[in-house]
Amino acid sequence: MARIIVITSGKGGVGKTTTAAALAMGLAQRGSRTAVIDFDVGLRNLDLIMGCERRVVYDFVNVINHEANLNQALIRDKRCDNLYVLPASQTRDKDALTKEGVGRVLDELSQGFDFIVCDSPAGIEHGATMAMYYADDAVVVTNPEVSSVRDSDRMLGILASKSRRAEANEEPIREFLLLTRYDAARVDNGEMLSVKDVQDILSLNLLGVIPESKAVLNASNAGVPVILDRESDAGLAYGDAVGRYLGEDLPHRFVNAEKKGFFSRLFGG
Amino acid sequence: MGLLDYFRSSQPKGSANMAKERLQILVAHDRAERHRPSYLPNLQREILEVIRKYVDVDMNAVSVNYEQEETHEVLELNIVLPDTARNRA
Repeated sequence: MARIIVITSGKGGVGKTTTAAALAMGLAQRGSRTAVIDFDVGLRNLDLIMGCERRVVYDFVNVINHEANLNQALIRDKRCDNLYVLPASQTRDKDALTKEGVGRVLDELSQGFDFIVCDSPAGIEHGATMAMYYADDAVVVTNPEVSSVRDSDRMLGILASKSRRAEANEEPIREFLLLTRYDAARVDNGEMLSVKDVQDILSLNLLGVIPESKAVLNASNAGVPVILDRESDAGLAYGDAVGRYLGEDLPHRFVNAEKKGFFSRLFGG
Repeated sequence: MGLLDYFRSSQPKGSANMAKERLQILVAHDRAERHRPSYLPNLQREILEVIRKYVDVDMNAVSVNYEQEETHEVLELNIVLPDTARNRA
């Protein structure tokens, strides 16, 4: 049986797809058979971030509609044998995702995989609710910014009331916070909500803090999940987040600004 | 950061505090809304109907408040009766 992880946020543009790609790659690299599914029907992008956009033949909706089987639609990652991508459809609308259809595909995937990572679309409409419905774990991706924090809190409410686990009165979904685009220098200047500020409001299990980093755009330009960039702060922070998800107790790096010397403060820099 | 900023650094800090305060209020409000039972609007309408059988109260005269505390829940009804009510009774 696979563990189903939804990457969600409510708000758009906070880094859900970047996170889905990074966590899926990280789990696969550590030896778990992992599938990552794009639930953003009509606006698929995970294939681009994973760098497999030219290998898409069949998609998630084709499998739901029995127009293709799973093995035809799953794209094996060229960098990691344990990782498979199930792309979203570009042409259908979001109603193509039925609760039964999604459940059947997840059931079938569960037979052969250890982790299924569901990349949710933004918003709280059908695609987003389908992505989280069957989840065992949720990673709530949040920017240290008012609208993102508020939307994350709303998403937590939906996770607690509208998921399969909630409806079946089972143990609730495990919720994790992943704080992205964190700028420690601005936090120090009092210009940005700190990790503690966000935790005071959301009080979730902190999976990681991903620093604002040029490496993220560079990685998406190249179609390489940023976790593979082991030189970058963001790549290392995602690596730590995967470790924590698997139960390792790791200190949070990149939450404190680099201390500037007296002269660099005096003369700007 | 330039020379002037260095000497100015004792000034009150940036906007993050404002963000946090606004969020705390907003999120508390959102959560209260969320935990309200779904029957409240119907309850309010039916109570109002019963009262209107006897007293001519305004549609906005009944407010229903629901609060959840640690060990118990409080359902608070507030009905504003018009001045003429006792004449009719």
